[in-house]
Amino acid sequence: MIRILAIFCILFSTSLRAETIKLAVTTSFHNSGLSDILLPEILADTGLEVQLLVVGTGQALRLGEAGDVDAILVHSKQAEVDFVANGFGTHRREIMYNDFVIIGPASDPSNIQNAQSADAALSQIASHKAAFVSRGDQSGTHKKELGLWQTANLDPEAFGGWYRSVGSGMGASLNIASSMNAHILSDRASWLNFGNKGALGLLFSGDPQLANQYAYIPVNPERHRHVNSSATIILEKWLTSRAAELLINGYEIGGQPLFVFNASPTR
Amino acid sequence: MNEIWAGLQAALFLVFTLDKDLVEITLRSLQVSLSALVIASAIALPFGTWLAIRRFRYRRATIAALNALMGLPPVVVGLIVYLLLSRSGPFGVLGLLFSPTAMIIAQVIIIAPLIASITHQAMRELWAEYHDLLISLNTTKRQRIFTLIRDGKRALLTAALAGFGRAIGEVGAIMIVGGNIDHATRVLTTAIALETGKGDFALALGLGFVLIALAMLVNFAIHALSRTEREGTW
Repeated sequence: MIRILAIFCILFSTSLRAETIKLAVTTSFHNSGLSDILLPEILADTGLEVQLLVVGTGQALRLGEAGDVDAILVHSKQAEVDFVANGFGTHRREIMYNDFVIIGPASDPSNIQNAQSADAALSQIASHKAAFVSRGDQSGTHKKELGLWQTANLDPEAFGGWYRSVGSGMGASLNIASSMNAHILSDRASWLNFGNKGALGLLFSGDPQLANQYAYIPVNPERHRHVNSSATIILEKWLTSRAAELLINGYEIGGQPLFVFNASPTR
Repeated sequence: MNEIWAGLQAALFLVFTLDKDLVEITLRSLQVSLSALVIASAIALPFGTWLAIRRFRYRRATIAALNALMGLPPVVVGLIVYLLLSRSGPFGVLGLLFSPTAMIIAQVIIIAPLIASITHQAMRELWAEYHDLLISLNTTKRQRIFTLIRDGKRALLTAALAGFGRAIGEVGAIMIVGGNIDHATRVLTTAIALETGKGDFALALGLGFVLIALAMLVNFAIHALSRTEREGTW
């Protein structure tokens, strides 16, 4: 018994850590692999250890509202503006953008490769009743998809069994789409980094409607006094710096650049 | 089938190169689940034994409730612990959310009823055997509980190992209260969920094999250390 306790004590010893900041980010940002590049650089440049909570945009905003994180990095403009207007965040700072793409069976049965716009492409999928996987988790990607259906004057509530709302993160949803050989809206980075593409291919991209802007919002320290606001300022400064610009613009998967840095030097 | 092979290869590769991240999350898995096991055992073993020897009015109801709690859904436990520890919840000032401590709390709640229930079942039979002897020796309640725990340690070991098994393989609750933060709260099960999400089935499966091996290793280690199945110490 004493031996068991001794082993237990050894396991329980913990080490000291650098200053930490909790940042809620979207699954699409993390699945793209960019965070693996940025975090070690942030630690080296500022001594700040960024702890990522990888969740959907909806949950990230909730974490910020409750004060469980110090800052959020998300991509759903209207929800972000509301978040700041309601006093949960101090301000919204745009950092970078990438774009959404429509993924589907590489044989393209609904012929959306030649669609005029993103909403036209979705209309074609709907008219063919071709299988479509929706994130269904109130994430930024999900909200974008709902916006596109609205533009196309279609109501997902009224769709039949071909429309599957799976309520999962980007990667899990892509896995489901891959096994069902279904269409799905994904951000380009997650798609390129995804390891289980199966028979799926990139069918449609390039419509300005599909731009995907990421913004950084520090949680309001007036509302939550425990928020590490000095760290959120250091992190914001780094994310909008020249070093960040070079790393973000230089990040490529398979020779394709993914993100475009567009933070203005001053707020 | 190819993916299972690739998973086995990934597991062997990770183990033999002693991958730094793998060692870290494996140790954290052990730390969280063993802490939860020790705390839950400290509560549940005496409680289960006490329940076996003590007769009181709501005993039946308590036992029925305990048995029902064995099936407590981890996801719901996680959600409740999350809401309690959240900064806007009642225990928010402690700042425990998204820390290994929060994961330990959730796991204690999940496994304590299981351990207490198995303990109670085993102790009830032992008590039937010891009842007359311990009463005639005029022992106190406390002495009776400790005698039963000492003589029934093999059954208690089984109870504890069942609890450990449930804790080490659990993902729903610790994902919610821990947040799967790299280098802070990532453990084997949440890492498996993450890699599956990335579509990297080989690595996910590799981690899965490591998890299975770890669970077996802990079981063997505890058996060896407590010297069961040996002559003279039944």
